[in-house]
Amino acid sequence: MSKIVTKKLNLWYSQFHALKDVHASFEDKRITAIIGPSGCGKSTLLRVFNRMNDFVDGVRTDGEVLIDGEDILNGRTDLVTLRKKVGMVFQRPNPFPLSIYENIVFGKKIHGETKREQLDIIVEKSLKSVLLWDELKDKLNSSALLLSLEQKQRLCIARLIAVQPEVLLMDEPCSTLDPQATARIEELMRELKSNYSIIIVTHNMQQAARVSDDTGFMLLGELIEFGKTSEIFTAPKDRRTEEYITGRYG
Amino acid sequence: MRNPYRTQKIAFFFLLLSTLLIVVPVGLIVVIIIQKGLPAINWQFLSEVPQQGMRAGGIFPAIVGTFYLVSGAILFALPIGLLAAVYLTEYAKDNLLTRIIKLAIVNLAGVPSVVYGLFGFALFVVFFKFGASILSGSLTLGIMILPVIITTSVEALESVPASFREVSLSLGVSKWQTIRNIVLPNAVPGILTGTILGLGRAAGETAPILFTVAAFYLPQLPASIFDQAMALPYHLYVISTQVPNVDEKVRYGTAFVLLALVLSMNLVAIVIRSKFRKKKKW
Ligand SMILES: Nc1ncnc2c1ncn2[C@@H]1O[C@H](COP(=O)(O)OP(=O)(O)OP(=O)(O)O)[C@@H](O)[C@H]1O
Ligand SMILES: [Mg+2]
Repeated sequence: MSKIVTKKLNLWYSQFHALKDVHASFEDKRITAIIGPSGCGKSTLLRVFNRMNDFVDGVRTDGEVLIDGEDILNGRTDLVTLRKKVGMVFQRPNPFPLSIYENIVFGKKIHGETKREQLDIIVEKSLKSVLLWDELKDKLNSSALLLSLEQKQRLCIARLIAVQPEVLLMDEPCSTLDPQATARIEELMRELKSNYSIIIVTHNMQQAARVSDDTGFMLLGELIEFGKTSEIFTAPKDRRTEEYITGRYG
Repeated sequence: MRNPYRTQKIAFFFLLLSTLLIVVPVGLIVVIIIQKGLPAINWQFLSEVPQQGMRAGGIFPAIVGTFYLVSGAILFALPIGLLAAVYLTEYAKDNLLTRIIKLAIVNLAGVPSVVYGLFGFALFVVFFKFGASILSGSLTLGIMILPVIITTSVEALESVPASFREVSLSLGVSKWQTIRNIVLPNAVPGILTGTILGLGRAAGETAPILFTVAAFYLPQLPASIFDQAMALPYHLYVISTQVPNVDEKVRYGTAFVLLALVLSMNLVAIVIRSKFRKKKKW
């Protein structure tokens, strides 16, 4: 089943045409990787799905983005509901300067959950789902800024999971981590896949090959090729895709 | 042949000299005022009204008056200044108008305080008919310290990392909730610093209160915000220039109290700022 479908999606930053006629379909409960050289529009595409591009001056979009069949680009979309449903993990782990506990319940609290027992349950569940519970359950009140980079990134995922999203957008989530930590986060992604639709942007071709079910290759704002990861990496249809994955592109 | 070593020595000498030129007078002022003023300080001096045409007794009404004026100024300037700062950093688009407003605010901070005094007199005393009163004086002082509060608050808000805002918004938290729950709490120490610096400035200025509130001599304390009041800087001016034969001890005692008040406020601001710097880790 398709979770997100884009039809003839175009985006301009003022005069600059950053996304060109993107047609794609992102499947539910699967991991889709978006690869491509720097500046090709991967982050831009991701930020269309939770409308974070709205904060950039002079952005214009055109076309359709259907999430569960509903077009999210029109003016009637409730952005709070959309962003609760479509959450984002950023490149740099960015916990708030609060305790571990307060980081996780941040969104939930503001969205109106005030019962302590309920919040306790959410913290435990979220930390368990990112495999941090055993490590951190005894120091929930210490500052999140004291954690290691990998723990911080897991915490950021937990903070996101706490608001019960359905889609996880990950923009190069491992680019600041070492190879071991990267492998463990990838393992986590495979676990999360059974409950969420995951879209990951990565510069790391091996990572895309290892972790994703589907892959899209972008170049200069165009989605050149989109399909099963196994096919893209073994038998790319487009010459440019082949050149990129064999390392002949910057 | 130029000798780089000697050039460096000469440059160093001049740098040291100009630093001393700044530090020594300031240090001397403090030392002299402490030396001459401290002997005058006792409980009586701080708690009694002036007597014998202000040549004896205490300065209690002036202390109370300054306290009222400073509180009034902050009550007025902090909310307005903070809202303006939030608007300028979080909401205003970066266009010509915004840039002109920011430039104007920076320039307002440099306007001589006597001009604020005249402005306050024309607007509050005459136009709004508040008369010479604590209200007029507080509002005038408030307007004078607004630029300080706005600029320091803008700096404090801008120093909160953009990533905090981005994450919060991406979690489905509205812009206003983001400002309230993430941006403001992280900017509080900076805002506090600016506020205290503003307070210190308001406590020490004579010109803005000259036409708007300050009383030459008022033995009883003000009963409402529409009363005049004595204030420390103006009192010091009066006993130093308008009243003949005031004992030096009384003058320096008054100066000492004023200086102690302003310096201790600045000290608090410095302590808050350095504590915050140490704690900040992002
Ligand atoms: N706010 C913006 N205003 C103007 N142009 C922008 C803006 N953000 C991105 N761009 C441009 O849009 C293009 C796509 O940017 P985007 O960040 O989506 O690339 P990316 O594929 O994520 O690159 P990277 O791999 O380096 O993260 C780039 O050419 C970039 O310069
Ligand atoms: Mg990017």
